[in-house]
Amino acid sequence: MFSRFPTKWPLWLGFALASGCNNGSHVALPSREPLQLGVIDSAQTPGVGHSLVTIDPRAAAYYNNAEAVNTGKRLFSQYNCSGCHSSGGGGMGPDLMDDVWIYGSRLEQIHQTLVDGRPNGMPAWGGKVPDEQLWDLAVYVRSLSLPQTLAAETDNTPSQSPAPVPPEVDQDAGWAPPPETTNDYTSTIVGPSGPPTPTQATGTN
Amino acid sequence: MRTAALMLSLVPAAVLAQSMPAPVPENEIFKREDIGHALAAPTPEAGHTAPSSANAPPDDGQWTMPSKNYASTRFSSLTEITVANVKSLKPDFSFSLAVNKGQEAAPIVADNTMYVVTAYPNIVYALDLTKPGAPLKWSFAPKPAPASQGVACCDVVNRGGTVDNGKYIFNTLDGQTIAVDVKTGRPLWRTQLGNINKGESMTMAPTVAQGRVYVGDSGGEMGVHGWVAALDESTGKLLWRGYSTGPDSEVLIGADFKPHYAAEQGKDLGVSSWPPEAWKIGGGGAWGWVTFDAELNTLYEGVGNPGPWNQQQRPGDNKWTAGMFARDPATGSAHWFYQYSPHDEHDYDGVNEQILLDMPFAGKMQKVLIHIDRNGYVYVIERQTGTVLSADPYGPVNSTKGIDLQTGRPIMNPDKETKLGETVRNICPTASGSKDWNPSSFSPQTGLLYIPHENMCMDWMSTEVNYIAGTPYVGALVHMKPGPGGNRGELTAWDPVQRKPAWADTENFPIWSGTVVTAGDVVFYGTMDGWFKAVNARTGELLWRYKVDSGIISQPVSYKGPDGHQYIAVLSGVGGWSGAVVSGPVDPRDGSAALGMVNVMSDLPKYTTAGGTLYVFSLPH
Repeated sequence: MFSRFPTKWPLWLGFALASGCNNGSHVALPSREPLQLGVIDSAQTPGVGHSLVTIDPRAAAYYNNAEAVNTGKRLFSQYNCSGCHSSGGGGMGPDLMDDVWIYGSRLEQIHQTLVDGRPNGMPAWGGKVPDEQLWDLAVYVRSLSLPQTLAAETDNTPSQSPAPVPPEVDQDAGWAPPPETTNDYTSTIVGPSGPPTPTQATGTN
Repeated sequence: MRTAALMLSLVPAAVLAQSMPAPVPENEIFKREDIGHALAAPTPEAGHTAPSSANAPPDDGQWTMPSKNYASTRFSSLTEITVANVKSLKPDFSFSLAVNKGQEAAPIVADNTMYVVTAYPNIVYALDLTKPGAPLKWSFAPKPAPASQGVACCDVVNRGGTVDNGKYIFNTLDGQTIAVDVKTGRPLWRTQLGNINKGESMTMAPTVAQGRVYVGDSGGEMGVHGWVAALDESTGKLLWRGYSTGPDSEVLIGADFKPHYAAEQGKDLGVSSWPPEAWKIGGGGAWGWVTFDAELNTLYEGVGNPGPWNQQQRPGDNKWTAGMFARDPATGSAHWFYQYSPHDEHDYDGVNEQILLDMPFAGKMQKVLIHIDRNGYVYVIERQTGTVLSADPYGPVNSTKGIDLQTGRPIMNPDKETKLGETVRNICPTASGSKDWNPSSFSPQTGLLYIPHENMCMDWMSTEVNYIAGTPYVGALVHMKPGPGGNRGELTAWDPVQRKPAWADTENFPIWSGTVVTAGDVVFYGTMDGWFKAVNARTGELLWRYKVDSGIISQPVSYKGPDGHQYIAVLSGVGGWSGAVVSGPVDPRDGSAALGMVNVMSDLPKYTTAGGTLYVFSLPH
């Protein structure tokens, strides 16, 4: 869920800083006035609200879709995905059963990985495999780490009974501190553009 | 996503983790005495087993090639470290390789400098052994294409480089052979040989002799058209390339080809022993050991498995895979070929080491090549003609019932033939073999081979697979398991003359490191859980051990330092096929992951983490 901001925010901020925009901007951009304290607060920093990502309309049909997941399972083998990713556990390619998503877990992000490939060995399938099949594959891949799919595992070959993917997994629930954390994630560092407003000082999360 | 994460945390980890599969029962394995065969009874009185001086010149204390010498004995004649004093061995210095993938290379020592090449991204380090702590002289980063990681079947390993004529010569994962100037670390030439878009990578250690560099490709799991090639050592120019499959003209089979066995005689068998066109994607990489014989001026090339693993998609003998070529080093022209596993059904590559010795057999000294194959047999081969003199199992075997020495072919056990859609259980040895690439050593003092190996079996179900260039071409769902006794590894001291073990030590994990044996009668090897060990070469008794930062799957060496003292060097850094569950990372919950290896290695993450460090040991002095 962080994946959009690391690409967009730093570029946006960088442009703003380089071009000398500051206090007069129509958006509350940070300035470089010497008296200002603190650091630039981007969405990568916990406690700054969450993104407004909505579900890609192309993906909508693939949520709660048992047929798509099972088609994806068949294609996963037919297109040799299993050659690298095994039954989800990985090998030549990364593990798809864990909760680590190098290039994002959202359905359209997985789809994008399939279309464009990735630089460390993932081939690009866009234009070679029909797009609806790439969506079927994406939804199967997303299913492999669902607790329902993992719970259905009965032996040492997982991912044989993939659960449909509920849309909730891609709906941004915002950031919350990890359970039992002792850090005070609720405070917000004072922003650099003028005196802090009460909202900024207390944070929203 | 948070919802999913919270729900996942409610599933107890114990439910998800794989338990260790039960060992294969002893009674499912054939007895060595029943399936081992030889053309004649042992005649030890006929002479002393040793390499020729042409292939193993007097030891100068350096270690310039991974195999130590052309004979590939990995025997160090240094005597300072002995059975009596090795218990005092201490680390002298260490050096972080900054790469946490499987480190399979041998440290190379020449002119008081040590050279190490890492796993991908294949960084080369040169360390000055004349100064305290062996500071870095230079490093060289070849920057192989990152996408090459996606065509490396079994971790992004590299089996080392070699020093010759002022060059350190090594391969990169993305298919280059590179020679760097040992003085400066600058590349003198780099030759692109492999094409990752066709699934080709390079992981083997080059062999250098007579001004030529011999290299081969990896990719037996990617449907490559495997090859071995010779380059001009001074320019990197390609001199010849011999393919493992296809018409005789591509395989470099001509008038000189005189194989011993009938099954290898005939025109274009590299085409006719395959379904139409299948040889073009039939695998047969030369990713292991290529050995130069200075005495007979011959090159021995181990050839890997045929592809895909699903044997029903490739009826026929699948020449010239899973065997060994003897070739003319200057032209590549084949002299003979012997196929260890015709129509291989179990991924038994023929790439393991070739050890060149003079050995008594049938009452006289013979020029032999000893090869310890994945299929579970120690082969003693008369190396002028390619005649198998003896073949005996050194680990658990039930996939075959011995080697027929009249035809040279294994006697297949129909119960263990692999099938489409049907799980065949308890096949021994496993796909990675009774032993994989990691080389044995031989001591002329004890007459024994020190074989670092596995004790593992497998369940196998073949599946339909389509060829898609640059992706895996496997077609098998494999689950590995321990062999009889449950210990997954073993160090066997094998007497090639008497055709039986002198002693054997067990290990919990498969041994994936090579061995080195010294004139002090000490054998060194490493374990996947991170112990570097010294044992008595005559008894197997554990004499010393040291725990390093990560599991060991590399090739230890012994050399004389600038101060005249004996040193032992080894790389830590677990990984490789067997260690992918740590270095991958690969999920321990998927037994079929890493080509079925995870099923038998799911506990490794409890013992070790990824790493990559050079360690050098010596006695206090």
